[in-house]
Amino acid sequence: MNNLVDFLNTPVVQYVISGILVLLVMYGIYLMGKVKSARLGNAISALSMLLAVIFTLISNDILDVWQLYVFLFIGLLLSGWIAVKTSMIKTPQLVATLNGFGGLASVIVGLFALYEIGADHSVFGQITAIIALVVGMHTFVGSVVAALKLAQKIKQKSFSFKHHTLILTVLLVLMIALIVVSPLIELNLIVIIFVGLVISALFGALFTLKIGGADMPIAISLLNSLSGVAGAISGLAIGNVLLVSIAGIVGASGLLLTQIMCKAMNRRLLDILLGKTSVSTQTNQKPVATEVKTDASTKDPIKVIKEAKKVIIIPGYGMAIAQAQFLVKELADLIKKNGASVKFAIHPVAGRMPGHMNVLLAEVDIDYDDLYEMDTINHEFKDSDVAIVIGANDVINPAARDKEGTPIYGMPILNVDEAKQVFIFNYDLKPGYSGVNNSLYQKNHVHFFLGNAKETLSIFIGEMKKN
Amino acid sequence: MGLELTLIGIFIVSTIVGYFLINNVPPLLHTPLMSGMNALSGITLIGALIATAIGLKESNPIISAILGGIAIVVATINVVGGFGITDKMLKMFKKKVKQDE
Repeated sequence: MNNLVDFLNTPVVQYVISGILVLLVMYGIYLMGKVKSARLGNAISALSMLLAVIFTLISNDILDVWQLYVFLFIGLLLSGWIAVKTSMIKTPQLVATLNGFGGLASVIVGLFALYEIGADHSVFGQITAIIALVVGMHTFVGSVVAALKLAQKIKQKSFSFKHHTLILTVLLVLMIALIVVSPLIELNLIVIIFVGLVISALFGALFTLKIGGADMPIAISLLNSLSGVAGAISGLAIGNVLLVSIAGIVGASGLLLTQIMCKAMNRRLLDILLGKTSVSTQTNQKPVATEVKTDASTKDPIKVIKEAKKVIIIPGYGMAIAQAQFLVKELADLIKKNGASVKFAIHPVAGRMPGHMNVLLAEVDIDYDDLYEMDTINHEFKDSDVAIVIGANDVINPAARDKEGTPIYGMPILNVDEAKQVFIFNYDLKPGYSGVNNSLYQKNHVHFFLGNAKETLSIFIGEMKKN
Repeated sequence: MGLELTLIGIFIVSTIVGYFLINNVPPLLHTPLMSGMNALSGITLIGALIATAIGLKESNPIISAILGGIAIVVATINVVGGFGITDKMLKMFKKKVKQDE
């Protein structure tokens, strides 16, 4: 046994095995890029993690520390319980919570490293340990707040104090100052840890509280990236190659996802970080509810949908809250039966996490080949007979194109207004999260079916079936 | 300093590779991808295992057991729960053809 440990601890062997495991993880991620191989990719990533844990236990000669197995077992039991208990509906908040857990673990690894447990005494070790502590804490608190928001335990709307951006900036500067200064001055470790944890916890909480609903996918993916960064830096602190590289991949991928979404929203990441969310601060506009034209309703919508040849469905977060995806599937099948083509248009930031709509629609067995990204389908709206909006608002608001000065100006939208007829199954006529009135609502070719999408859709489907 | 530079080098290389790896994933799969990445971020688990073991052996066993225990438990949940939920999600993505069979 000791020979094996010695062998595994030679630097060359360490790097070779770590390298193989990292390549395995990368191959897993690569496979996740295609629907067909994605499950296999996920399994390969999981397998390489298991191997990494076993390798770690053997090479560090800690196989015989029985307490570790107790903790691992408790963790396994709890995750089994979570897997059985949660339904698909709760995915966003579950992902956020799990993400926070990763952050918390990094905080603790950072703590150990600060006390030079598992880490050598060095300035490098101390700085990286503090960064791991701070970033991990931010991830943990931020993710917990995000999860509470997604579970609607706290208000989803952006929540801000006076001088919110200023406070966030000051906290960020303090955090950086702490990291830079702490190795230089002889401060008590406890003080450094305490100050670091308080500042980063405050930052995490304030930052996530400020994020309004529509920016949530960006926040979630940013927090996901940060949990990777925290892990990688805790790996730097304890000098673990495997930890540094795998967590580094996670950090980078999360950042890329975040960037993709920022682009889709036409926002700058720093603005979001410092709390300049898309929620307008001066919502003097009144909801347009009363001005809605009703001429369109003279044309029988049931007749319109039955005569349609080309239909595009636009799902939004409203569909997710109402859990209306099952009815959406039924509606799509009915329309197809009448001989029309049905496509789904997915805005990059529809929902509350990246790709949220795709998961919901996949849940109800809608073929993923029928799901189209914004850029692919946007030119098709002008040829379509009916566009059916289910609980989407800001992502179809033409104000983003022409109302300069509104918070959503410049954000790419789905060109729903170009369809010959538009059916809107939204809860009400209030502005979306951006607080900007939807100018589409005043157009003549728009029909409204207001209320809970589940109810309005089932009435509509009932009517369709009647004749 | 040698090891530290190597580590930083590895960090940078992994970041760049990760960045390009993700670029080929279509938005359709962004949620499962994010959830899979989330599971991978639980790799801190190995850090928690090492630190806890050393703490138990060489330092204050009680504090190490409490703190390390929390770290190992939450990291395990992150990893196992993360991969589990990703698999659950991916199972739902299927082609029409399969249903008709």
